[in-house]
Amino acid sequence: MVEPLSISNPDTNSSPSGKKRRKSRRESAARTPAEPCGARWRTETEQQVYSAKLADALRHLRFPDSADSSVRSVRDAADQVLAVSAKGRTRWSRAMLTSRLGRRLAQISRKHKKAARPDGRFKKPAAQKKLPPLQRKVRALSRLIPGCQKLSLPNLLEETTDYIAALEMQVKAMAFLAGLLNGANSDGGGGGGGSVADGGQYSSSS
Amino acid sequence: MSSRRSRSRQSGVSRISDDQIADLVSKLQQLIPEIRNRRSDKVSASKVLQETCNYIRNLHREVDDLSDRLSELLESTDSDSAQAAIIRSLLM
Repeated sequence: MVEPLSISNPDTNSSPSGKKRRKSRRESAARTPAEPCGARWRTETEQQVYSAKLADALRHLRFPDSADSSVRSVRDAADQVLAVSAKGRTRWSRAMLTSRLGRRLAQISRKHKKAARPDGRFKKPAAQKKLPPLQRKVRALSRLIPGCQKLSLPNLLEETTDYIAALEMQVKAMAFLAGLLNGANSDGGGGGGGSVADGGQYSSSS
Repeated sequence: MSSRRSRSRQSGVSRISDDQIADLVSKLQQLIPEIRNRRSDKVSASKVLQETCNYIRNLHREVDDLSDRLSELLESTDSDSAQAAIIRSLLM
């Protein structure tokens, strides 16, 4: 006789492990703020973690073909690590992670379109820009932040605050790494700690 | 009441009060160093948005310049000493 209880039913699943998992998930969801707040990016740890991850990514990214593509790949690596550090909590980070795939697909589809389309007949006349200037600025802003073109205004502004904070951290961390590499270059392996500007963040235990 | 309804229909924004927008814009204001340093409370929303766009574009440009520098440094750097320097600074 087949017992009906053997069928896994999430509603009536009263096993303790299931309850614990659900509880902990609910608790963690309550603890971590649902809205992205920019404060996370401004901590020293976040910047250090990012610098380490970026340095690691850059180390593995060797021998690009040309100068342009090497700059591109550095930029992509930096953006990729930044988006991953956001841990999927913001829309812009998720959009950044999926955009690489989307970009390649767009390249492929563009090639196909160019071959198929006879001339630019399908271009819509761009005479529809009669929005009030504020709306136009909102639209411009939404185009700057990845993945936020169709967001409502409050969500867009939230994403903006988080994105700006993340970008600032990215700039600081990349400048820090550039300084390190500069120092390593000029010293030639002598003593690489002199070029670090903000050395006060490390608690030196002597 | 009717004016608010007609305004929302015109702007196409879904039922967000002007107060809410003003609140969010003032929060955004605090992040933009340009506006923060000017110390005037009467910055219009349009100005804040404009400065925000400019600021984000500047940050993008800085990231591009930095990745340019980093790629140059990576190509010309001695891998062992660079890695040692990085590891030393980040771990100690």
